[in-house]
Amino acid sequence: MQPLDTVAPSGLSSAIMSNHHHDDHHHGHHHDHDHSELSETELRVRALETILTQKGYVDPAALDVLIETYETKVGPRNGAQVVAKAWTDPAYRQRLLADGSAAIAELDYVGRQGEHIVVVENTPSRHNMVVCTLCSCYPWPVLGLPPVWYKSAPYRSRAVSDPRGVLHDFGFELSPETEIRVWDSTAEIRYLVLPMRPAGTDGWSAERLADLVTRDSMIGTGLPKQPHEVA
Amino acid sequence: MPLDREAASHAAKALPDLPRDDDGPVFREPWEARAFAVALALHQRGVFTWPEWAAALADQIKLAQAAGDADSGDTYYQHWLATLETLVATKGVAPTDMLHQYRDAWDHAADRTPHGSPIELKPEDFRS
Repeated sequence: MQPLDTVAPSGLSSAIMSNHHHDDHHHGHHHDHDHSELSETELRVRALETILTQKGYVDPAALDVLIETYETKVGPRNGAQVVAKAWTDPAYRQRLLADGSAAIAELDYVGRQGEHIVVVENTPSRHNMVVCTLCSCYPWPVLGLPPVWYKSAPYRSRAVSDPRGVLHDFGFELSPETEIRVWDSTAEIRYLVLPMRPAGTDGWSAERLADLVTRDSMIGTGLPKQPHEVA
Repeated sequence: MPLDREAASHAAKALPDLPRDDDGPVFREPWEARAFAVALALHQRGVFTWPEWAAALADQIKLAQAAGDADSGDTYYQHWLATLETLVATKGVAPTDMLHQYRDAWDHAADRTPHGSPIELKPEDFRS
């Protein structure tokens, strides 16, 4: 999948790539008429929680606080394995970029949600960053639950208006020559960033490389660890 | 006692079969974490004790096994949710028909909510 519009690399260049730029794709942009889906199990959990909240037995805010502490404990979280395999296996990398969901499913970690995962690759000239401007769509099967900041209004709006500033706040500066692409997740499509393999890792096994892959590097708000950062 | 990781680890000690890693509970899907947190909150409110919960959960697992559940571990939170529904009904907190009514209402709410907007329950969702 290629973005159809190109933006000259400059300090201000960024493009929100919503799916309506990809009309050739099967899973087009349906915000206008698509409705939400909840699984049978999710319906039952919501029913229970609503009644218990109305009766004063549970406080949803307190549930949220507890659940946020488990953000790295949900789902198979195999994103790092997917990235490391793509770094070491060129044929897998091709399949991953051509059809992210299928290539991730090859590693037997397919999530049960119906969304498609599209993998976008960082290069020296292009950095990718993922946001959901409307809600907090997130590829939880590969990354776990979204961090609190991902769901925050400031990140959602600033990732669009000032992605370079957001990256600065996360502690890294991108070369002014590097273009930033911001990918807006939707109900049907979630994005995963394939970061660049760190220098100085020639000959490393996929297993060793996976330790370098951070969650934030797969959202595009961070970089993989450098070899000297892992023992 | 706040609803926190300490309360969670207390529960994990009382429930040896709870899926976990070295740090504590782990979940296959987001709803499982929610169902876990709800049970923790009800326990703190004194709706049940952990031994009582463990017995009710064991009953659910037996029922599921009799119905052909392979019990390979990945349905643990399905049993957990069924236990929650049973216990809130038997304790008089929320009758089963009310759970069904709210489940249907959430289904209506999801149907009329465009993706991207938060799904909220409204009075109209209770009309069948």
